[in-house]
Order: sequence, then structure tokens, then C-alpha cells
Amino acid sequence: QNSGLQRMTFFFLIEDIITKMQDDKTGGVPIRTVKSFLSKIPSVVTGTDVVQWLMKNLSIEDPVEAIHLGSLIAAQGYIFPISDHVLTMKDDGTFYRFQAPYFWPSNCWEPENTDYAIYLCKRTMQNKARLELADYEAENLARLQRAFARKWEFIFMQAEAQVKIDRKKDKTERKILDSQERAFWDVHRPVPGCVNTTEMDIRKCRRLKNPQKVKKSVYGVTEESQSQSPVHVLSQPIRKTTKEDIRKQITFLNAQIDRHCLKMSKVAESLIAYTEQYMEYDPLITPAEPSNPWISDDVALWDIEMSKEPSQQRVKRWGFSFDEILKDQVGRDQFLRFLESEFSSENLRFWLAVQDLKKQPLQDVAKRVEEIWQEFLAPGAPSAINLDSHSYEITSQNVKDGGRYTFEDAQEHIYKLMKSDSYARFLRSNAYQDLLLAKKKPESEQGRRTSLEKFTRSVMHKSTTRITGLIMEIMGA
Amino acid sequence: MCDQTFLVNVFGSCDKCFKQRALRPVFKKSQQLSYCSTCAEIMATEGLRENETLASLKSEAESLKGKLEEERAKLHDVELHQVAERVEALGQFVMKTRRTLKGHGNKVLCMDWCKDKRRIVSSSQDGKVIVWDSFTTNKEHAVTMPCTWVMACAYAPSGCAIACGGLDNKCSVYPLTFDKNENMAAKKKSVAMHTNYLSACSFTNSDMQILTASGDGTCALWDVESGQLLQSFHGHGADVLCLDLAPSETGNTFVSGGCDKKAMVWDMRSGQCVQAFETHESDINSVRYYPSGDAFASGSDDATCRLYDLRADREVAIYSKESIIFGASSVDFSLSGRLLFAGYNDYTINVWDVLKGSRVSILFGHENRVSTLRVSPDGTAFCSGSWDHTLRVWA
Repeated sequence: QNSGLQRMTFFFLIEDIITKMQDDKTGGVPIRTVKSFLSKIPSVVTGTDVVQWLMKNLSIEDPVEAIHLGSLIAAQGYIFPISDHVLTMKDDGTFYRFQAPYFWPSNCWEPENTDYAIYLCKRTMQNKARLELADYEAENLARLQRAFARKWEFIFMQAEAQVKIDRKKDKTERKILDSQERAFWDVHRPVPGCVNTTEMDIRKCRRLKNPQKVKKSVYGVTEESQSQSPVHVLSQPIRKTTKEDIRKQITFLNAQIDRHCLKMSKVAESLIAYTEQYMEYDPLITPAEPSNPWISDDVALWDIEMSKEPSQQRVKRWGFSFDEILKDQVGRDQFLRFLESEFSSENLRFWLAVQDLKKQPLQDVAKRVEEIWQEFLAPGAPSAINLDSHSYEITSQNVKDGGRYTFEDAQEHIYKLMKSDSYARFLRSNAYQDLLLAKKKPESEQGRRTSLEKFTRSVMHKSTTRITGLIMEIMGA
Repeated sequence: MCDQTFLVNVFGSCDKCFKQRALRPVFKKSQQLSYCSTCAEIMATEGLRENETLASLKSEAESLKGKLEEERAKLHDVELHQVAERVEALGQFVMKTRRTLKGHGNKVLCMDWCKDKRRIVSSSQDGKVIVWDSFTTNKEHAVTMPCTWVMACAYAPSGCAIACGGLDNKCSVYPLTFDKNENMAAKKKSVAMHTNYLSACSFTNSDMQILTASGDGTCALWDVESGQLLQSFHGHGADVLCLDLAPSETGNTFVSGGCDKKAMVWDMRSGQCVQAFETHESDINSVRYYPSGDAFASGSDDATCRLYDLRADREVAIYSKESIIFGASSVDFSLSGRLLFAGYNDYTINVWDVLKGSRVSILFGHENRVSTLRVSPDGTAFCSGSWDHTLRVWA
């Protein structure tokens, strides 16, 4: 129920990968000590080995993907380049080391600046080239010195104590631990310009594990002024499930059990059919004609769509479903004109009026309801629509309340009526067929439409056989 | 001879329903009454209800869930990708960044397209909301919200206003003015009020209504002009992170996804949940309808995207890979529904073949999490927003 758990699950997933990677019994990457000049580099792996391992064990075909994943795992803090503060992965002989479990992100570290100050401070105390501060670290240290001016003595003492502890360790072990410690800080105080992977989505923050927990120190430092983990003012007590909740759930489940559902095979057929029908209209699959504006930087496609003259392809789409013609402004106009020629436009006008009603601000709803009633349904209405008596009953009852959904039932009836009757006739009409075949425009308007005509001709040329087939089908129906 | 007991039937008027029936004695709070058998039955079951424990109710719910799963499984005769084997495979995909929008000073959290197919609105962590003509990459409007983490923004259907909100727990509408002298913030209208962060908002098919989703676990429909709550939607057990309106011309439904791992389909008129799906293993960050409205896709922190069909009332596909271990933050379909674009927390965008279930392409480019992704209204491109402060338009 909580995203803290999910965050941990995510870390455990990476830790599982990292653990497997280090397991030489099950084909992990070879971890070696490499000789370099006068010294040895203990416990390292190469980038290539890591990338190869990821490709093999996570079924990744493209090395680019494996490199990217490797970089992300590094950025999270589980593996790091020994000679760079920037946490990425390269597919070459660069050396990497695995992070110590003590420093793993799953321990929910939120190290304070005091810890960071101690760390930087102790680095300056040791005379080792490999511990020299990078420019950005020196800047950070200077800033921290200013910020913690009053308690710098305390920090200095802690740093000294850490140096003492470190000195007691074996030389090789020191090398490894120092690098791991540095990698830890590269995660929590990343190089400027690098992604800070400890940043969290604020929506997921409040349900973290132990949000109230006092932040623990990397160096075991406890002090009075240690702050609490910031609890964003988002925390809300999680409502307990009540008997009423479960009763509602039981009612819901019973309703679902009664629901009539389709078989998967039917659903699959339907999804495939829809997608196949629209694939030629999908500009990211079938290149748009004349061109995709984003690719060619030419807005011709959009200009054509804005014009009142619809392309043949667009007209064809009106025939796919009733909804298609209703959602296209130009299609609606054509359909309306056709109905007007038959003196049967009241149905569509009613449907449009009800759509418009639902878009009104609350205060205008009652007025519009009355207007629609008067125009289309009241006895003696000028644009009387034909409803069955049952629907008429329901609607006249609803009108008394005058809400946004007053005409839902009536609208549904009219929709079904238009779909089975007028829409079907429109598709067979000369008006529609002419548009479909992109009949030549009158001479006077030819000059202005040259590019459009060229376009429709090119589309027609490609789709002639399909159009013929469609006509045959409609004629036969 | 044997003992026989006879039940004496008294006929008369029932003390509860007053109908003339055979009566039997019942005791209610130590008072003797005469009920007909029907009323006596009802009283008995009511008494049972009082004694129902949370545990017994829960077990009843569990057994119903089991029964429901059984019924659905009977209809699960084939997998989508199996039927889709006969569908022609898609060719090689070459999709590139065609525009990069730079201007936000912090993580981009949300974006939406204008119906004109080129303008977009985007919002970020630092409170900035910017309107761009993404074709020319020019910024046309900018406003700074009084709160940080503006997680939701939407373009009005008319193109004349935008809505946004986040940690302020509100959804505010800003009319877009082209008067250079006018301060956009001056005409701001507060519409929605939640008791926790606003995670998503969307205009319905009109500038006059807004649908919102919130960290308070509810969704709500508001009248923009008056700010009045028209309908609220309760049912999620945790933060609601996303919503999408059904594409139908006449439909009144929408789908929402939340931190309770559930995707729920709602009736806007009644406020009731009509269908629910719970197969994800973690927070659902994004939901989007398939273009026909018969199905929807979801993206989750469990690193998978899934397809749910409303007619089958079931999950019908999972889009996942062993190598994808970061959560999917946002999803959207191409115009035909054949492609599913998904933005992930590993900075990439994966393009999935919806029917076959395979990944068609992986797009690199962003330098931090992809937080938001939407296909343009005419499907010619899609736009992604990222924690790397930029937005990219791909085609």
C-alpha cells in the first residue's frame, strides 16, 4: 500500500542484479586486482565486462541499451568508476568497483551537510594525491566552512577522529573503502551538472519508510541539533476500511459478476480491425501527405486540413463510423446540408444542441434546457423531433429539474435513429459520393486550389481500387 | 401414540406491514410482536447484518473476487499477441527529436497540447507554466504559480485558456490574453479545491468544465465559471495520480489510476465506479484511452505498461522487458492505436507494438526522468517533458 515499499522493491531488484554480477559461481564478472606502475589496483572490473554481462543476463540485444542501464545503476550508487566523480558506464577498459552494502541506497541515507563537511575536511587532512579535492569539492568545503563557522571546531574534531580510525585499516582495504566512500558522496552530493538520483517525486515522498525517522549519520555522529527527516506537509492519516466500504465493494463485485463480457478472441479481433483501419491515417506509421510538418518544416498538411475542402482521405474516414462524421466539423456541415435538403435536419440539430447544452456553464443550463425543449419537443415545436412515447415521458419529467443531462435519453435515441437511417443514406448520397471521388471543382476556383487538386489527385490515384471496392459494397448494400 | 406438536397459526394483521397473513411471535427489544413470515425473515437477516464482522464481510468480498476471476477466466480463450501474429510486422522506426523546448528552470512535470496541433502548455517544479508554439519553439505566455511542483496542466478546447495546479491543492484557470500589457496572473480563476495536491486536470469537451484528480484520493468535476463542484468520485484507496476522458462523442466516462494500484472507470453523471482493474504491482502513474475508447493503457512504477479492455473487463496485454526496471511515468497511443509511447524514469521512451506486445524502438535523448508524454491531436508527433528541464517533440 505504500510507495516506500515500492522504492525498496526497486532497490532490491538492482541489488539482486549487482549480487549476481559479483557471483563468480554463476557467471559473474571477473573481479581482479590489476597491477599498475608501482602499485596494485584492487578489486576492479572493466566496463566492457559489465556491459557484456548485462547483455547476456538481462537479454539486452543492443550494447547502447546495456551501457545506458549500466550508467543508471552506477548513478544510483551501486557501481562506480574508480577514477571519476561522474557516475557513468563506458563500454571499454575503464575500471569500476562495486559499492559496499553499507553505502547502498536501500539503507535510506539522507546524509546531512555536517557529515559532508566531516568528509571533505578529513580528505584535506591526509597527504594523498588520490584524496585531493576536485574544484567543485573545494568550493563546497569553503561554503560549508562559512555555513558551519560556529561549530567548525566540532567538525574538525570528528574529521580527525575519522582519520585516526581509517589509519588503523589495511592499506589495500583503505584504498577500496576510500573509493567507496567517495562514490557514496558522488551520489548524495553529485558533480554540478550531473543528475542527482536521490531526488524524489514529491507525490511519492510521504509514504516512505520511516518518514519520521531521525536522520542517521554516516560517521555515527550524534548531536543535539540533528534534524528530523523533513516530513512534507502532505501526510494524511490513511483512512481505515469500514464495513460500509466492504459492503459497497460487495455490491460492486456482484454487479461485475452479472456483467456481460466479450471473449478475448472477439476483443482481439476488434482491436486489430480498428487499428488496421486507421493505420493509413496514423502519421507516425504511414507518412502523411504531402509531408509531416514536424519533419519537413512545411505546414502544408495543416493548411489543407484547415481549408473547407476536405481531402478524399478525410471524406473516406467519415464512412468508418457515425462518430467519425460527428467529430469532424466539415463532415458535420456536409451531413447537415444533406439533411436540410431532405427537410430532416431537426434530429441532427437536436443532437448538436444537446451536446452544446452539456458544455454550458452551470448558470446557463436551465435556460438552455428550456430553449431546447421549446424548439424540439414541446407541443407545436418548430423543429419537432420524433421520440417514442417512453423516451418522451422520461424527458418531460427531466425537464422539470432542468439539469445538464435532461436530454440524455432522448439524445441516445436520436443518435441511434440517425446512425441507422440518415447516416446510412448520406453515405449512399450523391453529395457524399462526389466528395469521395473528388470530382473536379468549377473553373473559377481552380487557380486557388492547384496544390489541393494535385494532392487529392495523388491520393485518388493510390486509392482508386479501394474506392471502387467501397462503392461496389455500398451499392450492393 | 406419539407426541406431536402443532404449530398454531394465528391469522391477522402483521405488526410491521399490516398485511393479513399467518403470523408468528417475534421479540424486539423484549417486546412481543406478531410478524408475518416475510417480515420475520427480513428481521432475522437484519439482525445477522448487525452481527457481521469486518472479517466476515472481507471474506465474502474475497470469495466474490474469486468468483469474478473464475467467470472472466472462462472468456480468456486466447492472448491478443497470439491473434496478432497474422498482423504484418511494423517496419523499422526512425523517430527523432524534431524540436527541443528550453526555458524551464527546473523539472518539467506536465504538458498538454492545444487543439491547433502545435501549441503546448507545460508546467514545472519551480512554479512556472509556459505556453509555447512548439513548431517555432517560441514562448508565447508564461506565468508563475504561487506554489512549487505544478504537477498538472491542461489546455482548454477553445485554445483560449489553460488550467494548472499542484501543491496548492487547487486547479486554477488562466485565460490566455494576447495583450502584452495584461498580466496573465491578474485574471486567474480558482476553480477546484482539494484537500491534497492536484495530480491531474483535464477540460471536458468544453471550456466550462474541468475534471481533476488529487492526492486526497478523489476525482472531481467542476463548473469553471462558478467554481462549483458538480460531481465527486470516491473509491480510490490512496492518491489518484492520473486521469483520461473517454474519446467518445456521446460518452460520459473517464478512467483514473492511483497509488492503490487500481485503475477505475467512472460514470461522470452518477459519480459511480463502473469498472475497476487491479493487476499492477505498484502505483499507476498514467492512464490513456485507446483511440476507439474500448480499451485503455496504463503505466506504472512496477516498470510495466498494460492494456485493459473494457468489453472483456480484463487486462489483455503487458508491455515489459527484463531490462526495463524503472517505472513508466506516462503513456499515450499513436492515432491508430498501433503504437504505445511510454516515458520512463530511466530517461528513455519505449515504443511498443500494442497488438504484438513487442518493443519497436527505444528513444534516447532526455538526460533525466521522462515525466510527461502526449501525442499531438492529429498524431503527427508526440511531445515528452523531462526532469532535465526540457521538452522534446518527436516524429
